[in-house]
Parts: sequence; C-alpha cells; structure tokens
Amino acid sequence: MIEKLKAVSPWRRFTAQPGNVGAALRKNSQFLITLAVIALAATFMLSQGSGFAVRVIQLSAIFAILAVSLNLVIGYTGLLSLAHVGFFGIGAYSVAVLTTHPAYEQVPGHIRYFDWPFFAALPVGMLVAGVVALFVGGVLSRFRDDIFVLVTFGLAVIAHRVFLFWLPVTRGAFGIHAIEKPSIFGFVFDGKTEFMLLTLGFLALVVFVSWLVVSSSFGRVLMAIREDEGAIEVFGYKARNYKLTIWVISAMMAAVAGGLSASEQTYIDPQSFVLLESIFLVCIVILGGLASLVGSLLGALVFVLLMEGMRFIDFIPDALVGQGRLAILGILIVLLMVFRPQGLVGRYKL
Amino acid sequence: MLLELKDVAVHYGGVKALDGVSLGLDSGEIVALMGPNGAGKSTVLKAIFGLAPLDSGRVFWRQEPIDVLPHQVVSLGIAFVPQGRRVFTQLTIEENLEMGCLYLRDKAEKRRRMDEVMELFPILHEKRKDSARAMSGGEQQMLAVGRGLMAKPTALLLDEPTLGLAPKIVTEMFEKIAEINATRDTAIFVVEHNIRSVLDIAARVYVLDKGRIVHDGTPASIRETDVLTQVFLGRME
Ligand SMILES: Nc1ncnc2c1ncn2[C@@H]1O[C@H](COP(=O)(O)OP(=O)(O)O)[C@@H](O)[C@H]1O
Ligand SMILES: [Mg+2]
Repeated sequence: MIEKLKAVSPWRRFTAQPGNVGAALRKNSQFLITLAVIALAATFMLSQGSGFAVRVIQLSAIFAILAVSLNLVIGYTGLLSLAHVGFFGIGAYSVAVLTTHPAYEQVPGHIRYFDWPFFAALPVGMLVAGVVALFVGGVLSRFRDDIFVLVTFGLAVIAHRVFLFWLPVTRGAFGIHAIEKPSIFGFVFDGKTEFMLLTLGFLALVVFVSWLVVSSSFGRVLMAIREDEGAIEVFGYKARNYKLTIWVISAMMAAVAGGLSASEQTYIDPQSFVLLESIFLVCIVILGGLASLVGSLLGALVFVLLMEGMRFIDFIPDALVGQGRLAILGILIVLLMVFRPQGLVGRYKL
Repeated sequence: MLLELKDVAVHYGGVKALDGVSLGLDSGEIVALMGPNGAGKSTVLKAIFGLAPLDSGRVFWRQEPIDVLPHQVVSLGIAFVPQGRRVFTQLTIEENLEMGCLYLRDKAEKRRRMDEVMELFPILHEKRKDSARAMSGGEQQMLAVGRGLMAKPTALLLDEPTLGLAPKIVTEMFEKIAEINATRDTAIFVVEHNIRSVLDIAARVYVLDKGRIVHDGTPASIRETDVLTQVFLGRME
C-alpha cells in the first residue's frame, strides 16, 4: 500500500538537473529548511511576547515527544498506526487518577484518591501503557498494511470510549481536576516556564533514547523490516519480536507526553484523546519527514505554530479559527506532499 | 547427505507446487536445480527454510529433521539468497552485509567475515559506505550473495542469482560461485536457468517440472538426453 505513491514531484524534477541552482539547493535543502523553520518560529514567537513563546514551546515539546515516538513506529518500522492517542491518554489518565487530591477536588466523592506525587505516577503510567501495548501489539501482529491501519483506527476509538465510559476510574465526560504539578526535593514545577523546562528535559531524554534505538543495529533491523519484512527472517530475525519491542517503547514514550500534558493543564477529559489527535500526529510525522527525528521536532513546532498562530490573523473571525485551522492544515499537507513528498527533512516517501 | 528433502509436498491454496520431491545436497558439492517458470524451484528453497507449508515429507539437515522456526535455520549453517536480490536499499552496503550476521556478538569475527566477503567482491569494498539503492543490478546481486556468506554457511542456497543480469556479469557470477565453493568449502544449491553455464560448474543436476523431479544426474547425463528440451519447450506446443 505504502510503496504505490511514487509520483515524481516538480521540485524533484527541477533539482535533479545537475549544475543548476536547484542542485545546490537540494544538497543543502534539509539544513536550509531546518534553519528557516527555526528562524521563522523564533521571530514570530518573540514578536508575540514571552508568554506566547512559552506556550508554543510547551505545546511543541509535548507534540514533539509524541511525534518522535510515533516516527519510530511509522517512519522507521513502516507500521502506520492511528492508535498513538490511546497511549497518550493512558499516560495522562494514569497520572491524573494517581495524583488527584481530595482537598483540591471540585467535584468530590466520585473516584478514589491516591494522592501520589507526579514522579511516582509517571512511571506507573508508562508501565500501564507498555503492558497495554504489549497485549494490543500481540493482536496487531496478525495484521498487515491496510488492515493494520484499520485495526489501529479501531483501537483509537476504543480507547476514547474507555476514557468516556469507565466512570469509576476516569469519571467520563466530567474529567479529572486538580492534577498535581511535579515536585522534586521540595521544588514545585508550578510556573509555566519551569514546567516548559521540565517538558524540554523529558523531550531531550526521549530524543536521546530514540537516537540510541535508531542508530543501533536494532534500528537497522527495523528499517529492513520496513523495506522487506519477508527477507528478514532468513537472516535469523523474528520480525514480529522487533515490531513488538519498538511498539511498546513508542507507547511508553507517548505515555510520558500524556502524563506531562495532564499535569501541565491540571485537568483532563476524554475530548483531548480523540482520533483526530492521532491523525494530527501522523500528519506531523509525515510533514516533518519519515524516519527523521529532527523532522519530527520541526514538524511539531510548525504544527503548533500554525494552530496557535492563526488566532493572531485578524481577518479570520474567532468563531472560525477552530475550523479554519483544520482547513489550512489540510491545504498545507496537500501542498507539501505535492512539492516535497519526503516531508520537510525526511528521506523517504510514505 | 548434508541436506536432504524426502518426499516433500507443498500446496498453496488449491495449487499444488511440489508433489513428492526428494533431493539432496552433499558436503562441498554444487548442485543445480533447473526447470521452467512455476515448476516449484523457489518453493523447494522456501520449504528448506520452513517458509512454505509442508503437506507431507520432511527436510533433513545432517540426517536430523529440521524442526526449528524459519529465523533459526540460518544458525544451523544454511544461508538463503532469495530470488530478486531483496537487498535493503535504505541501508548502506556495509549495513546490508551486517544484516547477514547481526546475531553474532563477536565484533572481530564480524569484521573478519566482512573483509573476506569484500575480498571476494571488491566492488562491495569500494562502495561500502554507499546506499545499496545506488548500485547496479549486478552489484546488488553480489551484495545479496555476500550478505548470505556473512553467516559463514555450510550450505548456501541461491535462487536465480543471474536473473536479469548482462551476459558478462553472468559469467562473473558463475566464476564467483565456483570460487566460493572451492575456497570456502561451501556446498551450494543453485536454482538456475542459464543451462550452459550452470552445467559447467555443477556436479549434479535436478530437473523439476510441475512440482515433480523429472531428471536427476550428472551434467553429462543431462546433455545426453533431451529432457531439458522437453521440459522447457514441451509446453510451448
Ligand atoms: N505464496 C504463494 N501463494 C500461492 N501460490 C504460489 C505462491 N508461491 C508460489 N506459488 C505457486 O506455486 C507454483 C510454484 O512456484 P515457484 O516455486 O515460485 O516456482 P519457480 O520458482 O519454479 O518459478 C507456481 O504455480 C506459483 O504460482
Ligand atoms: Mg522462482
């Protein structure tokens, strides 16, 4: 399914001629694009004040953790998954349920309180996501290609339903309030800037682990699976085990993003964990570039800037901003896929 | 016999691919398997690796039935170079070679094997840092064979290693196959359609047609009969 979309883009045709400006551009295009995106982002954020910048960086970092981890599965291993939002939600709900405190609860009495510290709840969230991923992955390993995508689609819907209807734990549409801020040795990350720095720290960790994974021989087997799963077994690898391992790692990373996001907002409800989020994430991964960690970082930044920046465009009525965002995002994806099918800095086409 | 198929039958859905095939490969010999398209040649190799579902019969390795999973067969000492090269175009040549023995922990041994393969195929050394995508068909085929050799196999299974290659490269490939057999003492089971070239290097030849072995003997015995003409041209009538 994935290999069939191999049209030659106009950009490719232009830059493929040796010796012209295009060739030079193409050689350095990835670097230039990275530079341009960062410069644009910085200018825009600075012009809007530091509060806006912190908000954009905070959101981008969350999306970046999700995109980088999803890229391990989609970009490196070739498994197009729409289920990522489910693991994001599992992380968020685990932290929410485990950290809420009755004293701060606005609608008391419906769920159990554990009142755990954030840094104890987060690993549990990762573990829960990992165990669920292992179980779900076992089922998923029976499917390939189109059917695999459909099954992950189903999983995302199921996850949302569980968050919505498992009332004794998630309190459904009511949501969970007063989620604890992280604190360590008496220092509480309750300021927006402090929280942003914490999130960036976790992002750095996720990127580092991902880099270790993809640059190891384990990562090369993943790329070989992406290219030709059938050829890999004769060299002595059980492709299924490799796919399952990266699937679980990726889910645990998504849970980290979920826990951070829940704590940052102090409130969650099932509406934050709908299928559309997964589709956004897939878009970010493709826009940024398959099998490119830098691409996922850039993709997340561009995505958040687009979503957040649109409210500053005066001629769009406020009521339409939400809808307008999606429309513009859609147009952008189409344009990018026509002119740069490998994404901003990616190597491969979907 | 080093490797032996006894009365193996395979079918895919309603299609009978192998119908009671028995054949063998002895230590250090080159055996060729020939036959028209769809005869079941690739299925014979897949059956050895457990990649084709056996209806009946068994595959033996050093007189013992093979009862491991497909990904464990390579550790018995059997390497498989599948039809159509199937190199990993997103990896470099060096990384492709490494895929052939990733399970090996011993770095020095890995290095040694890679040097040996690169000595056999100097082009792989020349381009070792290049992406496999940038290689010609002949070079990719050498990479595929080299990748198989990285497992240091006792038996090497080659499925149509010269398919689609220019005549000059075909000759070179046959020289390399003979060289691998002679210098590394590797038994080679090769599926080939280049009748003349393969009869020059093989010790024994099996002819497969519609899932059955129709001839089995030395290259000389093949040349004396018209079995090949019958098998290859018979169906055109
Ligand atoms: N995976 C498969 N599913 C169904 N039929 C197959 C499959 N692989 C091979 N066949 C059929 O089995 C027969 C033998 O195929 P194969 O072993 O590939 O022949 P050869 O390698 O001699 O050309 C053919 O009729 C082919 O169409
Ligand atoms: Mg074949």
